[in-house]
Amino acid sequence: MGAPLEAPLKAQEAQKALRETGVTIREATCDDAVGGVAPRWVALPENTGEVAALMRVSAEHDLAVVPAGDGTKLGWGSPPERCDLLIDTCCLLLGDGSAVDHSSGDLVARAGAGLPLSVLNSMLSRSRQELALDTPLGAGTVGGTLATAVAGPRRLRHGTARDLLIGITVVLADGTIATSGGNVVKNVAGYDLGKLFTGSYGTLGVITEATFRLHPIPAGRRWVTVDLPAGPDLPASPAKDTLDGLDGLDTLVAGLAASQAEPSAVELEWPDLTGGATVSALVEGVAADARAEAVRTSMDRYGSARITAEAPTWWSAPPGEEVLLELRVPPAAACPALRAVAARGLPARVRGSVASAVLLAALPEDIGEADFSGFVTGVRDDLRRLGGALTVLAAPPALARGIDRWGPSGALPLMRRIKERFDPGRRMSPGRFAGGI
Amino acid sequence: MSTKTLDEPARRFEELLGPGSVITDPVRLRTYECDGLTHHRVTPGVVVLPESAEQVAAVVRICNEYGLPFVARGAGTGLSGGALPRADGVLVVTSKMRRILSVDLPNRRATVEPGVTNLAITEAVRDLGRYYAPDPSSQQVCTIGGNVAENSGGAHCLKYGFTVNHVVGLEIVTPDGDIVELSDIDPGYDLLGAFIGSEGTLGIATKVVVRLSRLPEAVTTLLAAFEDIERGGQAVSAIIGGGIVPAAIEMMDALAVEAAEAAVACAYPEGAGAVLIVELDGPAEEVAYQFGEVTRLCEESGAFEIRVADDPAERAAIWRGRKSAFAAVGRISPAYIVQDGVVPRTALGGVLASIDALSREYGIRVANVFHAGDGNLHPLVLFDDAEPGAEERAEIVSGRILDLCIEHGGSITGEHGVGVDKSRYMPKMFSDDDLNTMQLVRCAFDPRGLSNPGKIFPTPRLCGEVPGVRKGAHPLVESGQAEHF
Repeated sequence: MGAPLEAPLKAQEAQKALRETGVTIREATCDDAVGGVAPRWVALPENTGEVAALMRVSAEHDLAVVPAGDGTKLGWGSPPERCDLLIDTCCLLLGDGSAVDHSSGDLVARAGAGLPLSVLNSMLSRSRQELALDTPLGAGTVGGTLATAVAGPRRLRHGTARDLLIGITVVLADGTIATSGGNVVKNVAGYDLGKLFTGSYGTLGVITEATFRLHPIPAGRRWVTVDLPAGPDLPASPAKDTLDGLDGLDTLVAGLAASQAEPSAVELEWPDLTGGATVSALVEGVAADARAEAVRTSMDRYGSARITAEAPTWWSAPPGEEVLLELRVPPAAACPALRAVAARGLPARVRGSVASAVLLAALPEDIGEADFSGFVTGVRDDLRRLGGALTVLAAPPALARGIDRWGPSGALPLMRRIKERFDPGRRMSPGRFAGGI
Repeated sequence: MSTKTLDEPARRFEELLGPGSVITDPVRLRTYECDGLTHHRVTPGVVVLPESAEQVAAVVRICNEYGLPFVARGAGTGLSGGALPRADGVLVVTSKMRRILSVDLPNRRATVEPGVTNLAITEAVRDLGRYYAPDPSSQQVCTIGGNVAENSGGAHCLKYGFTVNHVVGLEIVTPDGDIVELSDIDPGYDLLGAFIGSEGTLGIATKVVVRLSRLPEAVTTLLAAFEDIERGGQAVSAIIGGGIVPAAIEMMDALAVEAAEAAVACAYPEGAGAVLIVELDGPAEEVAYQFGEVTRLCEESGAFEIRVADDPAERAAIWRGRKSAFAAVGRISPAYIVQDGVVPRTALGGVLASIDALSREYGIRVANVFHAGDGNLHPLVLFDDAEPGAEERAEIVSGRILDLCIEHGGSITGEHGVGVDKSRYMPKMFSDDDLNTMQLVRCAFDPRGLSNPGKIFPTPRLCGEVPGVRKGAHPLVESGQAEHF
């Protein structure tokens, strides 16, 4: 714990120094807690320079810092070992005081980290352009989306935040301001710090600005959705004799992933593992109707598929928020992964990007520690055998006690070395990340 | 370091790899003295040709024992001197590691050794309806290991992205000699993203897992000829502004066309001041619609001739001139420098005009070939190396072009990498703090600075020890008797 601060004098000095930066500082309340750990202060910097000033003070006074955006994913990851200062990026603008620098002719936009993605996209839509990143939680800022590397259905076509990010500005633990990448899509000059910071959960520094490549808003969007009957009634893969509903799902998804209609997303909704699943594919662009029709025809043998101009209500939303797990496997292992989840016999609700084999599973909040722990370790082991991994995105601290939320990674020693170089004092979101980083 | 210092490590390499896989003969060593950037030459101290990750790791561990720098090399096609050897070090050549280890269609991926050529991957899976998307112009010979080091792109990266968007896993040998797997599935930092494009400074890739893409249903390539580059540029802006993302948009100016004509008789339209190649791919309906739009926009921008290729042979004919452009300038100039700067696409017109002005000012011809869709210029700065002072003037023009790119908010390199060639321009593009921060990554991977030193960064950095991780306050601090400064 931040022992020096236990002396009230030290805390007063730190507070005085924070206030002397000129940045708006307020006392934290219990609503500001990160994974149950309450900070002492909340700072609301308005530009990168102010973040640097805060970080310099934090370095001098050994304050542990956690950056936060909208707070939609602030409970994800492990609780921080300590947290003195929460840097709320809500008011963070670009150096010239603007929120967005949009070069529409170049299909590029730079934004402050605190800007909600929805606001960014509504600004871009005036030029019929978009940042092709979904916002699975319905909200979320540029910085929070990058820090957690969260992505939605269209990852199948456009990749995730790391694939769309072309430049980044960060402030390190000692207050150093660093930029990598730039304003052009094609650029291999220097190391790509953007990749390193994307998904780093605030453990390497504070993301203050980001530049993205954009895409034209597609001419049309159609969803093709089919409800699959419960397990054994599904048509099996023609190559197999046994009737297993998941084989049917397997062939359906593989067919969609290879389809020349080029769906941008193929999503699965499976609210009850003893019941039927729903699969929906998004077709975007020119001739969306004709291509959707081709997809619908290919789905016919699995059920009565329908084409809609609106997304299914569950589209892109997580299946739950309080206890949420992410399952990643190689593409062909999506169905075996679902089997592994179903085999646990718990009331899991599964949803996600089935063609990309990144799935989310939600469990009821009252599941109990033993069942939860058994589920996490059991499914994690099964997924490891499939070449996959399980991470616990969200879980109340009491429930996740004693669980490694992140799971193993062969590259952890290298990751630790990176953390040591970037944050030798362990003051940036300490303990929130994989391997206790 | 004298060659004698390398005698003992060379013997160790021979014990490890067998004498046939270690080169110490000065004549044979000279084969490896440069990569595609031929005006930088250094004869390597010793060359090793390992056949497995374990052998690479053992070589790297021996390098660590003796404090020898090492450089990895694939086919040596790089254009920034990234594989330039060290006279006091070891060149690790991957040419004996060229097996395609597996093609896994259900998982849409292939696992290959680093010495496999880019095109060999596509050739192995094309009949299965798949391909490997990044397609650098040298794809017939360049290796996937080199592509990983340089984060290679190619003409089609406008739509499909770069190596980093298509590699889902790597096995690397770290600069310490450990074998580590990096995967897009494992939790933690995106080390895959950090490693790809690090130009061999963070270790050596020994296995590469690539994503296989589906071959598009339809492909149409068209060539449009314009009287001048401005009109061609207008067409590009109109296409992108119209919400179309072609697979590729390439442009060549009159001098580049003249060179290509002389080299491969590509029969591009006569009198063209600029030639635009647009390739569209994807679902048939989408390609048909976009083709109509692109044709209309080219005509409206003043195209005087449009040719269309619908089959692979016709497509190859259109691409032949473009793909031969670099080599072709040899027909019209004894020597040349290729640059790789990037500008925002909307700045293309102004930058090309400035390049033209520079060309006149210094009396140096510049042929322009570029990926117009993403503003990646490949100016070919032509000079006669027999003419006194010509090379110096060409160097000045070349450097001024990079300055133009930086002034317009672009980059000094879009796909060739920094290497030794452009490291001196890095401080113009990045601040000291930016470069020092990048060096933190370098120091985490390679604290001794043995892996391809002297590349990317203008000045070497001593990494120093990691400051001790503070577990808690010092008792004196805790009791208020002392403070940290």
